[in-house]
Amino acid sequence: MGESDAAARPDGFDARVAHVAGKARWMRRRLLGMIVDAGQGHPGGDLSATDIIASLYFDVLRIDAANPSAPDRDRFVMSKGHCTGALYTALAAAGFFPEAELGTYLQPGSRLNGHPNRTYLPGVETNTGPLGHGFPVGVGIAVAGQIDRADYRVFVLTGDGELQEGSMWEAAMFAGHRGLGNLTVIVDRNGLQQGARTEDTNTLEPLGDKWRAFGWEVVAVDGHDHAALLGAFDDAVLPRSKPRCIIATTVKGQGVSYMQHQASWHHGVPSRDQYDLALRELTLETGR
Amino acid sequence: MTPAAPAGLFDCRDAYVRTVEELAVADDRIVAVVNDSVGSSKLGKFRDRFPDRLVNVGIAEQNMIGVGAGLANGGKVPFVSGASCFLTARAMEQIKVDCAYSHANVKLCGISSGVAYGELGATHHSIEDVAWLRAIDGLVVIVPADPWQTAAAIRAAAAYDGPVFVRISRMPVPELPRSDASFSIGKAEVLREGGDIAIVVNGTLVHHALAAAARLAEAGIEAHVVNMATVSPIDTDAIAAAAATGAIVTAEEGLVRGGLGGAIAEYCAEHVPVPMRMLGFPGFAPTGSAAWLMERAGLSADGIVQASRDLLSRDGR
Repeated sequence: MGESDAAARPDGFDARVAHVAGKARWMRRRLLGMIVDAGQGHPGGDLSATDIIASLYFDVLRIDAANPSAPDRDRFVMSKGHCTGALYTALAAAGFFPEAELGTYLQPGSRLNGHPNRTYLPGVETNTGPLGHGFPVGVGIAVAGQIDRADYRVFVLTGDGELQEGSMWEAAMFAGHRGLGNLTVIVDRNGLQQGARTEDTNTLEPLGDKWRAFGWEVVAVDGHDHAALLGAFDDAVLPRSKPRCIIATTVKGQGVSYMQHQASWHHGVPSRDQYDLALRELTLETGR
Repeated sequence: MTPAAPAGLFDCRDAYVRTVEELAVADDRIVAVVNDSVGSSKLGKFRDRFPDRLVNVGIAEQNMIGVGAGLANGGKVPFVSGASCFLTARAMEQIKVDCAYSHANVKLCGISSGVAYGELGATHHSIEDVAWLRAIDGLVVIVPADPWQTAAAIRAAAAYDGPVFVRISRMPVPELPRSDASFSIGKAEVLREGGDIAIVVNGTLVHHALAAAARLAEAGIEAHVVNMATVSPIDTDAIAAAAATGAIVTAEEGLVRGGLGGAIAEYCAEHVPVPMRMLGFPGFAPTGSAAWLMERAGLSADGIVQASRDLLSRDGR
């Protein structure tokens, strides 16, 4: 697992779903190992985003790791930049850098910083980390594509708590105004932010209505259902006149029993016993 | 609507938009990004000539800078223009992260900087911008002095691969007399040679410094006048040459802490200690016209002459 490149997409829908599921399973196991080795990380959000990121990198995105600056590449912008475990495992498995380098995660001088840096690593489109940054940049990329009538697509992954940042709604309003049909935002709707439930902190619901009111097409999916995700990402009906928001219902800590739905695993490092348990659970997981 | 500048004086926004339009004709990557500031940035003609290449995000500065960085990712060369007070302060983290830390090829144009908005008050003044922005690693900061240098700075910014901030005043200024008209990012311009004292300035203060030097010469004091248009990266050779006169006066249309004067003082303190006087605004300005505020802060030929004499007399010369 992991030597693959993004272009190696199997034929047939069931085979594509199985391919993505296998990648996601490997990403989960590997990113937990990185966090254990580094002694820090954001496992909860990594695990809620893993299936979304795997679906994009191993089925949807038209990217070439050998030519990461190709003008016509699809763009993936990691607006929830703290979830580098999920991003880096996907980039490595997609061939942007050697998988062995994942072992340097957060080590002194590593290219694998706690938040992604495009000047360190190929495949990173813009530096993120503080919330509310990646989405406006993704909107700008989509505007460039609209001006050029280019056929690349732009995908932005945001956290749900991140939607409390005002810049997100500045960007949403403008993308709706411009009718950016080349833009897809995925909300990793795990319901938890760093300290508590989003709805106990600053209410997001009715979230779909908010996006629709800003001029977006809204699709709701199970963010761990690879078949549903591939369907939501399908570009068969492009070009469209509206940007698309995929609200992906997810579980923070998905796949590891003791992390699931626990805000306390926003940050956190499994003990050796907890790590062993997680690996056993992730091996048993079918990946759907 | 801003009244036309008096005869012989120029609004540098005109040189800015003229140059961006010239660049846009030759290079279709050039786009303009504004925050409902088409008029105040004088980009109406650009919009009419290149309607698809004027991106108006509305009143949303954080999104404006992020969109600028995204346009750069998409292969464009965006000139992001807005009132300097809002463009810099409201979107500071976007400038830091999306532009500088990401090394995005974005050109930030802070319009009507300093105290140009006069009576509108300190909310609309942008006296802090140079101090804030020169603290950000990897961001070029240019404060041009006149229409010629504004045009040259815009061309240099377009040719440079990386983030640049250009501070564009609306205060009327004359074209400066030059024997050698050349501009490079990071290279200061010596406008007058002299061995008794150095006056280091930029932006709207440069013509005042030349007038001050002429008056000092009448009193037998020969001033070395440096136009330090690029504040970051700063020209340390030019600072060393200024320090060799034994005394430096700085003057800038900005906060007296952390800007041009601060940059000169940092270098001098460590490498070429020299007595200094720094002219600038001490803090939030009271109600008053731009001209009155400048006079009151000593940002005038009179103020520079006075500061120079004080410095030299204290120095025992």
